[in-house]
Amino acid sequence: MPQPLLQVRNLTTRFNTERGRLTAVDQVSFDIDPGETVAIVGESGSGKSVTALSIMRLIPTPPGRIESGEAIFEGTDLFKLDEGAMRGVRGNTIAMIFQEPMSSLNPALTVGMQVAEPLNLHRGSPWAKAMDQAKALLGRVRIPDAASRLASYPHQYSGGMRQRVMIAMALACQPRLIIADEPTTALDVTVQAQILDLLKELTRETGSSLLLITHDLGIVARYADRVAVMYGGRIVETAPAIELYKRPRHPYTLGLMASIPRLDSDAGRPLVPIEGQPPDLAQLPAGCAFSPRCRIATDPCRMSRPPLVRVAENHSRACFNDVPA
Amino acid sequence: MTSRLNGAAAAHAPPTATAPPDEILRVENLKVHFPLMKGAVVRRQVGTIKAVDGVSFALNRGDTLGLVGESGCGKSTTGLAVLRMAEPTSGRIVFEGRDITGYDKTRMRPVRRRMQMVYQDPYGSLNPRMKVRTIIGEPLRVHGLAGDEGSYRHRVDELMAMVGLLPDMAERYPHEFSGGQRQRIGIARALALEPSLLICDEPVSALDVSIQAQVVNLFMDLQERLALTYIFIAHDLAVVRHISDRIAVMYLGRIVEIAGRDDLYKRPLHPYTEALLAAIPVADPEIEARRPRAIVKGEVPSALKPPPGCRFHPRCPKAMERCKTVDPPLSDLGGGRAVACHLHSAGGA
Repeated sequence: MPQPLLQVRNLTTRFNTERGRLTAVDQVSFDIDPGETVAIVGESGSGKSVTALSIMRLIPTPPGRIESGEAIFEGTDLFKLDEGAMRGVRGNTIAMIFQEPMSSLNPALTVGMQVAEPLNLHRGSPWAKAMDQAKALLGRVRIPDAASRLASYPHQYSGGMRQRVMIAMALACQPRLIIADEPTTALDVTVQAQILDLLKELTRETGSSLLLITHDLGIVARYADRVAVMYGGRIVETAPAIELYKRPRHPYTLGLMASIPRLDSDAGRPLVPIEGQPPDLAQLPAGCAFSPRCRIATDPCRMSRPPLVRVAENHSRACFNDVPA
Repeated sequence: MTSRLNGAAAAHAPPTATAPPDEILRVENLKVHFPLMKGAVVRRQVGTIKAVDGVSFALNRGDTLGLVGESGCGKSTTGLAVLRMAEPTSGRIVFEGRDITGYDKTRMRPVRRRMQMVYQDPYGSLNPRMKVRTIIGEPLRVHGLAGDEGSYRHRVDELMAMVGLLPDMAERYPHEFSGGQRQRIGIARALALEPSLLICDEPVSALDVSIQAQVVNLFMDLQERLALTYIFIAHDLAVVRHISDRIAVMYLGRIVEIAGRDDLYKRPLHPYTEALLAAIPVADPEIEARRPRAIVKGEVPSALKPPPGCRFHPRCPKAMERCKTVDPPLSDLGGGRAVACHLHSAGGA
């Protein structure tokens, strides 16, 4: 067994809000192996983005705070690093790609400078050399005519091209791990496929791992090796992708699969929605966060939170009841 | 299935006198162009954005027409033009037997009662200072149909029940509701005037996955109970397939393919339709591993300068010489299908 590249253990992140203290991420643990693509899937408020931001130590403090846990990356606990050392990790060995490329790119700097910056910062490449490397990187993410586009500004790029620039920046220092938080949600479907295919291909080439944060079960099916499903700040089920889709063992996962229309299913098949509303993190029930919406919830579900337990090889879930397949 | 029409046939069909009785809406060669102005002191027109550029379709009562395409294809503008909330540059809109294209505000008023809109953003489309009761009942007051207080309250309660909201929610404000409940409020408001046609512009795309199915099912229930006709505008082809009888695929202001739901998904004819379908991942890793991937190059060009010839040719994997110069018309293939592609033009254009 290879040593995992990243081990997240018991991560808990809380926010102080006007409505009280809420636990956005609650005792989350998972591993990412070298070269592996792991997807965290969940709806708004499930804690998937906060998990990613916690690993990068980008939680705004206050109001947020990483309360406890470890994130062991290549043998070092990221949560124990001082801010200077953490800055040496971000964009270097761990890179992040955000949903909205326009708000993550600096509108006042040329694209070339922004792609070259991590090389200058982390690798000490002189600017002239870094710009040369930036040109090569833009070529790798298939930006046509890269040489002449180095001097352009982000607003002169289309949405898809901006996300390619973000990927080029992320790849600049050959990171071991790329975290992509809803990288294509803002893009058109044909462009979405281009960008994710490119990202997958490049991580395969460089052997880096990918942590993909998404709400889209189709994207997970197409690109992920392993999946963690989050609900109300917790991982409720985790398994290899093929296993999860074939044998979902948590009622929420099962509910999600029944509620989405699929291009390949019988079009007349009625959708079976999950009743009720997503949980309010400020008013989570005492028991399982999904219990108010769960069709098979019993009294124990409403009293205490089910722990994540192994049900098969590499397959865990947090549910007290047997789930009908 | 009652669907029958397609764009090309509609464009040549005789006027409304002979329109079939079950036809509720006919759009003929609709164009919506926006001038692009420049200069702060001396304003001059420097270009034209052809948001909708020659769209024709017809819709039968009780049917759902899906309008799909990527951003900038003109699907939303088409919806707004049918409601006359965007001014058509040319073309005809015939609704319930009347040509409403030239109607002024006063003449549109009674027509508006018959067609309503459901918007994408359930946060931006509800007035945060109004109670839910006032929001849902406002169309009744605006059109002078509120009646006395008792019947008004009764009607609002009825509308709320229809969309699955509880009566005690009437005295609350929009911010107290989740996205899915807000969308229900928007639907109840749209139904207040008993319209026959609902234009739904991305009505579920802002909602969480688990909530989307609730709202899609509500739309389908309401259609059955109230015999509603829908134009369902969305970019999510899986949702559109689920709810629509017929689907029109738009690209840069034009319909490139229109067909019955099953025909379109089982046997797409236009290379763009094919590419759209291939781009959407299916929620099953084993199927995904086997699926062919027809990825198109590049992105949608600017509607300011659409490419010459077929507008899709720069991205088309099957483009031929003539596609660069000759714009393929939407040609009727029979069986309710029409496609604008040189590969499928009936008898050659």
